[in-house]
Amino acid sequence: MSSTIYQPVRTPPPALRGSPLPAARVAKVLSGAEGASQSGIWVGIFAITMSFAALTSALFVRQGSGADWTHIALPSVLYANTLALLLSSATLQMARRAITAVPPVEPRAVPVGLGWLMATLGLGSVFVAGQFEAWRQLAAQGLYLATNPNSSFYYVLTAMHGLHVLAGIVALALVIGRIAASRATSRKSTFEATATYWHFMGILWIYLLLVLRTKL
Amino acid sequence: MGKLFAVVLVVIALASAYPIATRMYVMPEDISTHGHAIDDQLSDTMKEAGFSFLGAQLVLAFFVFKFAQRKEGAKLTHLPGGAKLVVTVAFIIVGAEVFALGVLGQKAWANVYFTPPRPDALQIQAQAGQFAFYFRYAGVDGKFGAIHPDKIDEGNQNFFGLDPANDIESRDDIVSGELAIPVNREIHLLMHAKDVGHSFYVRELRIQQDFVPGLDLSVHFTATKIGRYEIVCTQLCGLGHYNMKAYLNVMAQDDFEKWMKQKASEL
Amino acid sequence: MEETSAQQAHVHAPPEGFLRKYVFSLDHKVIGKQYYALGLLAVCMGMVLSWLMRFHLVWPTTRIPGLELLSKAGAPGGIITPEYYLSLLTMHGTLMVFFVLTNAPFAAFGNYFLPIQIGAEDMAFPRFNMMSFWTTLVAFLVLILAFVIPDGPPISGWTSYAPLSAVGKDAGPGMGWGMNLWAISIAIFCIGSLLGALNFIATTLDLRAKGMTLMRMPICTWAWFITSCIALLAFAVLLPACILLILDRMAGTSFFIPSGLVISDRLQPHSGGSPLLWQHLFWFFGHPEVYIAILPSMGIVSHILINSMRKPLLSARVIIYSMMSIGFLSWMVWGHHMFVSGMNPFSSLLFSFPTLTITIPATIMTLIWLGSLYGANIRINSASLFALGFISMFVSGGVSGFFLAQPSIDIVLHATYFVVGHFHMVMGVASIFGVFAGTYFWFGKMTGRMMNETLGQLHFWLTFIGTYCIFMPFHYLGLVGNIRRYSAFVNDFTGPLMPLHKFITIAALGTGAAQLIFIFNLIYSRYKGAPAPENPWSGTTLEWSIPSPPPWNNFGGKHPIVYHDPYQYDVKGSKGDYIMQDSPEPSAG
Repeated sequence: MSSTIYQPVRTPPPALRGSPLPAARVAKVLSGAEGASQSGIWVGIFAITMSFAALTSALFVRQGSGADWTHIALPSVLYANTLALLLSSATLQMARRAITAVPPVEPRAVPVGLGWLMATLGLGSVFVAGQFEAWRQLAAQGLYLATNPNSSFYYVLTAMHGLHVLAGIVALALVIGRIAASRATSRKSTFEATATYWHFMGILWIYLLLVLRTKL
Repeated sequence: MGKLFAVVLVVIALASAYPIATRMYVMPEDISTHGHAIDDQLSDTMKEAGFSFLGAQLVLAFFVFKFAQRKEGAKLTHLPGGAKLVVTVAFIIVGAEVFALGVLGQKAWANVYFTPPRPDALQIQAQAGQFAFYFRYAGVDGKFGAIHPDKIDEGNQNFFGLDPANDIESRDDIVSGELAIPVNREIHLLMHAKDVGHSFYVRELRIQQDFVPGLDLSVHFTATKIGRYEIVCTQLCGLGHYNMKAYLNVMAQDDFEKWMKQKASEL
Repeated sequence: MEETSAQQAHVHAPPEGFLRKYVFSLDHKVIGKQYYALGLLAVCMGMVLSWLMRFHLVWPTTRIPGLELLSKAGAPGGIITPEYYLSLLTMHGTLMVFFVLTNAPFAAFGNYFLPIQIGAEDMAFPRFNMMSFWTTLVAFLVLILAFVIPDGPPISGWTSYAPLSAVGKDAGPGMGWGMNLWAISIAIFCIGSLLGALNFIATTLDLRAKGMTLMRMPICTWAWFITSCIALLAFAVLLPACILLILDRMAGTSFFIPSGLVISDRLQPHSGGSPLLWQHLFWFFGHPEVYIAILPSMGIVSHILINSMRKPLLSARVIIYSMMSIGFLSWMVWGHHMFVSGMNPFSSLLFSFPTLTITIPATIMTLIWLGSLYGANIRINSASLFALGFISMFVSGGVSGFFLAQPSIDIVLHATYFVVGHFHMVMGVASIFGVFAGTYFWFGKMTGRMMNETLGQLHFWLTFIGTYCIFMPFHYLGLVGNIRRYSAFVNDFTGPLMPLHKFITIAALGTGAAQLIFIFNLIYSRYKGAPAPENPWSGTTLEWSIPSPPPWNNFGGKHPIVYHDPYQYDVKGSKGDYIMQDSPEPSAG
C-alpha cells in the first residue's frame, strides 16, 4: 500500500495583495515567476553547456581522425576581446548592486545602475566587434572556415559563442529599456536572469579560449 | 471485453511463438569456425526471451481475465510481497540474465574481434563502392599496390585506381568481382570504402562489418564448407543499396589455386 | 486559498480575439492541442508513406494511380523508383520519430496537462511556449518542402549517416537541396524542442501549487519532467551535429568526410573528417531520443491504469525511480547502434553492459504494472484497453531488444528486419498506444465532449491485432537475414519470404484503414460527442477538479491546495472509492 501522509490544513496566511511586502517576505514567495526565471536561465545554461561539450568532443575526435591537424596562430585581438568581456561582467555586477539597493516597489525618478548597465552593453558590443576583427585577422592569414580543421573549429566555436553573446546583448538592451521606463520593479526576475546569463557567457569564453589556445 | 482481451492476447502470444518454436525462420547453416558461439548465444537468448515473452503475456492475460470488470464493489486485494518482491525478482532474474549473456557471452564477440588474424592468413582486400563489391589479391609478390582514387576508371575496369605503370606491386594484383577463397584457410579481409559507408555481410559466415571511408578496417574468418554464398551490403549507401551484392565462392584448395592461376593469366 | 503576487505576476491576460485565442496563443492548453494536431498530421503522412513502401515491396510493378503527381521523377507512371523508395523511407522515419513521437506523447499531452496536474495557471514562460510550437511548425514545413522540390527528399534514412549525407548532390538523387532541407529542418526542430523542454523543467520546479511536493506529482507529470530533462541535453547535442553537417555540405568543411572519396566519378574535395564522429554525435542524441519517445507513454499508461484499476500501483515511487534510472542509463548506451560500425570492439562490449542493465528498470516497471493488476477491479474502456495493450507491446518490443543488446548476436541481426521489428514495436506501437490511451482518456477534458466508446473499442481491437500482424513477422524476417532499407528483395534467400511480406503489407494496409475510425471518432466527437462531466472517470488528480474544457486560467483564478498523494483509490472510510488530491478529506493513516 502506498504510504499516505495526511497534512492537516493550515490556515492560509492573509492575502498579500495591496500591502507592501518587507524584503524578507518577497524572498519567501520567490517560488513562482521569479523562481521560474532563475530556474529557466540555469536550465538554458545547462543546455548551452551541453552543446559546447558536444562541439569539444567533436574537436577531439576530429583531431584524431585525420593527419591534417595543423596549428593556427590565434589572432592577437582575442585577448583584448577577453578583457572587454570580463570587464563587462564587472560593470554588470556594479549595476546589480546598484539596482538591488533600490526598494523594489517604489519606482525612482532616475534609474539607478543604468549607467553601469549601459557600460556592460557597450563592452559586450566591443567584444562582438572584436570577434569580427579577429575573424578578419584570420582571413588575412588565409585561414577561412574550410581551410583546415583547426580554422573550422575556430570559426564554429567563436561564431556559436558570439551568437549567444548577441542574444545576451539583446536581453541587456531590453532590460535597459525597461529600467529607463522605470519598470524595473515588475521585472526584476528578467534582470537577474540576464545577469546570470551574461556572466555565463564570460565563463564560457574563458573555457573556449583555453580550448582554442591548447588545441588549435 | 476484459476476458476477450485475455483470450485474444493468449492467441497472439502463442501464434507469435509458434514460428520460433517450430524453427520456421532460421539462419542458414553456419559455415564458419567462430559462428557456433554466436548461434549458441542466439539460441540461449531465444530461450530466455521466449520464457520472458510468454510469461509476461500469459500473466497479463490471466490477470486481466480474472480481475477485469468484476462486480461493483468487489474487494480489492494486493499482490503478496508487493513492490519489494517485484523489485527483488526483477533484479535477480534480470541480473542473472545480464550476467550470463553479457559476461559469459562475450566470448563469442572475442572470437571474432579480439583474436588477431594468424600470420599466415590469406590477405584479400575488399572494396565497397556504389553499388558493387570488388576484391583484390596481392599476386605473387604478396604485396598490394597503392590505391590512387584519382585513377579510378570503372569504364576501363580499373576499380581500385591502380597504377601498374608506376607501381610495381600493382602489376600482379588480381581483381575479381567475386570473393573466391580456399576452404579451411583463414582469410584476412582488408576493407576499403571507395565512396560512402557500406557493410559486408555473409549470413552463413556469421560475419557483418561496416566499411567506413577513411578507416582501415578488417575482419578475419575461416570458411569450413565449399559452396557459393551471398554477400550483401547492409549499410544504406544510395539508390542501388538493395542490389549491391557479390558472391563468396569457397573452393577446395586445388580449385582455388587453379582459379588464381587462371586469373593471373588474364592480367 | 492563497494568492501570491508572484504567481499573479507571470500570468498573461485572458486572450482576446481569434488570433490570440486560437493561433498565436500563449495558453498551454491551446499549444498542447496545436502540437497534437501537428502530430496527427505528421502521423497520417508518415503512415501513408509506409503504405506506399509496403505496397512497393510486394507489388513493385503495379501502378499506384496518381503517385506520379506527387513526384514525376520519383514515381514515373505511378511506379516507385529505388531512390524514391529511399526518399519515402527517410521521410517516414523523420516524420515519425521527430514530429510524431516527440510531439504527441510529450509536447502535446505534456503541454496540456503538466501545468494543470501541478496546480499552475500556465507554463512558466508562455511566450517561449508559443515560440516552441511555431518553431516546430516551421521545422515541419521546411521538411515537407523536400517533397515539393524537383530533386525530391533525401535518401540517406532518418539517421543520415556521413559521408552519404555530407558530400552533397553527388551522393545521389535528393541529396542536394533535399538533404539541405532535412538538416535545416532538424536543426530548427532542435531549437523548438529545447524551448519546450526548458519550459517543462522550469514549470515543474517552480510553479507547483501549495502542497504539491515532487512526490505528490502524478506519474505522467514525472514522466514529462524526466523526458524534458533528457530532451534538453539530447537536442543540445543534435543541434551542433546538424550545424557541422550543414557546414560540411555547404561550406566545404570536413568534419565528417575523409579524403579520397570518389563519388559519381568525382573525387570529393574534402579530407580528414570522420564518418564515425557523425554516428557518435547522432546516436548520443538518438538513443536518449527513443526514451523521450517511450517515457511519456509509460507515464500516461500508468496514470490511466491506476484510474482504471481503482487501486494504486504496488509502488508509484518505484515506477518513478525506474523512469529516472532509464533516463540516466540512456546516456551510456548509444554505442549499441554502432557495434559493427568499425569503432573499437572493446567499446562495443563496454556499451553492451549498460544496455543490458536497462533491462532491469524496464522489467521492474513491467512487473509492477502486472503485479498491480492482481486483485484489482479493472474498468474496461477504450483508454484502459490501450493501456493494457501498451504493456503487451512493451514486452514484445523490449524482449527483442535483449538480442540486439549483445554485440555477438548483433553481428547477425544488425541492419535486418529484426531491428526494424524491435523499434517499431516499442516506438511505433507501444508509444502510440500511450497516445491513443491518453486521447480516449483526456479528450473529454480537452474538448468538453466524450469520445464514442464503441468506435474506440473497435479501433482498439483492429489496431491491437493488426499491429501484431504487421510487426511480429518482422522478427522472423530478421532471423533469416532479410536486410532492411532495401527497396526490393532480390537476394537468393528472400524469394521464399515474399508470402510473409505480402501478409505484412495486407495487415499494414488494413490496420492503416482502421485508423480512419479513430480520426472519424475525433472529428465526430468534437462536435457531437456526449457532453463531458468534470470527472468522468472518477479520477483523483487535479485535471479532474476543473471544468471540461478548463477555463483559460485552468483553476478560475483560484490556487488549489494539495493534501494527498496522487492515487488515493480504495481508501477505507472515504466517501467514494477515491479521494481527490485537493480534497481536505483525510486519507487512511
